[in-house]
Amino acid sequence: MRERLSGNEAVAVAMRQINPDVVAAFPITPSTEVPQYFASFVANGKVTTEFVPVESEHSAMSACIGAQAAGARTMTATSSAGLALMWEMLYIASSSRLPVTLAAVNRALSGPININNDHSDTMGARDSGWIQLYGETNQEAYDNFIQAVKIGEHKDIMLPVMDCFDGFITSHAVENIELIDDDKVKAFVGEYKPEFYLNNKKHPIAVGPLDLPIHYFEHKRLQAEAMRNAKKVILDVAAEFEAMTGRKYGLFEEYKMEDAEVAIVVLNSTAGTAKFVVDGLRERGVKAGLIKIRVYRPFPVEEIAAALSKVKAVAILDKADSFNAAGGPVFTDVTSAMYGRADGVKAISYIYGLGGRDVKSTDIELVYERLLSIVESGDIGEIYNYLGVRE
Amino acid sequence: MSKIVEIRWHGRGGQGAKTAALLLADAAFNTGMYVQGFPEYGPERMGAPITAYNRISDERINIHSNIYTPNYVVVVDDTLLDSIDVTAGLDEGGAIIINTSKSADEIKPKLKGYGGKVFTIDARAISMETLGRYFPNTPMLGAVVKVSGFMPVEDFVSDMEGSFKHKFASKPQVIEGNMAALKRSVTEVVEL
Repeated sequence: MRERLSGNEAVAVAMRQINPDVVAAFPITPSTEVPQYFASFVANGKVTTEFVPVESEHSAMSACIGAQAAGARTMTATSSAGLALMWEMLYIASSSRLPVTLAAVNRALSGPININNDHSDTMGARDSGWIQLYGETNQEAYDNFIQAVKIGEHKDIMLPVMDCFDGFITSHAVENIELIDDDKVKAFVGEYKPEFYLNNKKHPIAVGPLDLPIHYFEHKRLQAEAMRNAKKVILDVAAEFEAMTGRKYGLFEEYKMEDAEVAIVVLNSTAGTAKFVVDGLRERGVKAGLIKIRVYRPFPVEEIAAALSKVKAVAILDKADSFNAAGGPVFTDVTSAMYGRADGVKAISYIYGLGGRDVKSTDIELVYERLLSIVESGDIGEIYNYLGVRE
Repeated sequence: MSKIVEIRWHGRGGQGAKTAALLLADAAFNTGMYVQGFPEYGPERMGAPITAYNRISDERINIHSNIYTPNYVVVVDDTLLDSIDVTAGLDEGGAIIINTSKSADEIKPKLKGYGGKVFTIDARAISMETLGRYFPNTPMLGAVVKVSGFMPVEDFVSDMEGSFKHKFASKPQVIEGNMAALKRSVTEVVEL
């Protein structure tokens, strides 16, 4: 069904179509409009969900954990400082193997105080044990949210999933979108039937007890194994989703990479602006390509390295700084994946767009020009760079 | 590459420039086009300068930056001409549309030598006479559709009637006034 919606509206519609058992969310800033839209569906009787408006984001995630552990399909949404306040509980959700679904609208962390888009919030949560999907558009935010439920709840996974998309640029902009019929979404996600849950009198379990050195490590090892299993399940779910909608998803998108000599690796909405630039460069005969990472956790190590092994130079763009004095998180992950697999490919880092600094097509052009000059001269020059900042 | 029409709105918080951009996106969407409608977010307070944007195209729109070289600029409040560089990057083959009751002699010197077409409309007078209050966004919407010509004015007017009926379902008394404002705006926008 052809529609035009903001990213926040689109995700709220996905939630309505799924009709989860519980949505627990902090109903005001720094959370998003998603709980606000969803609350109207609850009030208007469009869903049968138990909506729990809580007094903080810490409580939101705590309530999600309680509900999901009881056996309920549970969802929430947040952003920025809200995600930061959930921090402690993010780890509880993943280690307790509770497939909560979280719409994570990417926005900067304070301070200085800033409400605009960058990826500091979810990049900080990259090691919390959550699966992380990133989307370029309202369409991808919607499609990823629906797939997230099926991925997280798979018996080999049982991990929570974040559906990440850019604050304001995607969350508040109205754009075209193709919605899936309600009954098809419901059939796609199916019923949530966990193997173990607290409200099962026939098979009593404990969730979240003290785990001393005799067992803790084994539990973390199993959690890591679930993340390893996720790659296959994510691709299986994507194949099923493609059969339903015709829209193809993978671990990452390769745009004009077949014969590319220079490439950019980027996440979320900037990928669209970079595609616009690649199209322009291609018209001029420049062999430019783009890789847009969709699945950041688990990280597609072998696949990314294979895709980049064919280019001569690559720039990895981060909308978050690691403050490690050595490039952002995506750069560190991509170059570590390339080690021993794509040796000889020159890789540089750019930190860009912090705190909502707009990313212009001319900024992206500068990066491709830099890559072309590296290929021509053979000299990599400065590896750690900032894009669009006043020095 | 597809031809994208880019429109930049300059207004003040509370005047409805963001809503106008979203309504314009709606109207273009309803004619089968691909659209973007988005504001630039900052401190949200009454009277502060705000910017909103539209992209409209026959094909899918990938670019997600703000708009720096618009085909059209809409100025919802003429006091912004003194403080904001409203013609920055504006296509000389495009146009600027300004809500003002001032004369060409007063307006033109404020446009930094912009060589394209300049249109004005007295959205305040239209709004006060049709709605009884100052809501400049509806007349400005009519003006930008008329001037840009990206969709037939008749289609736009009939489409907006549907949008108003939906938007103002709880206060139908304002639908007639908004429709009157829209119809007047498409005839009263003039080139300087």
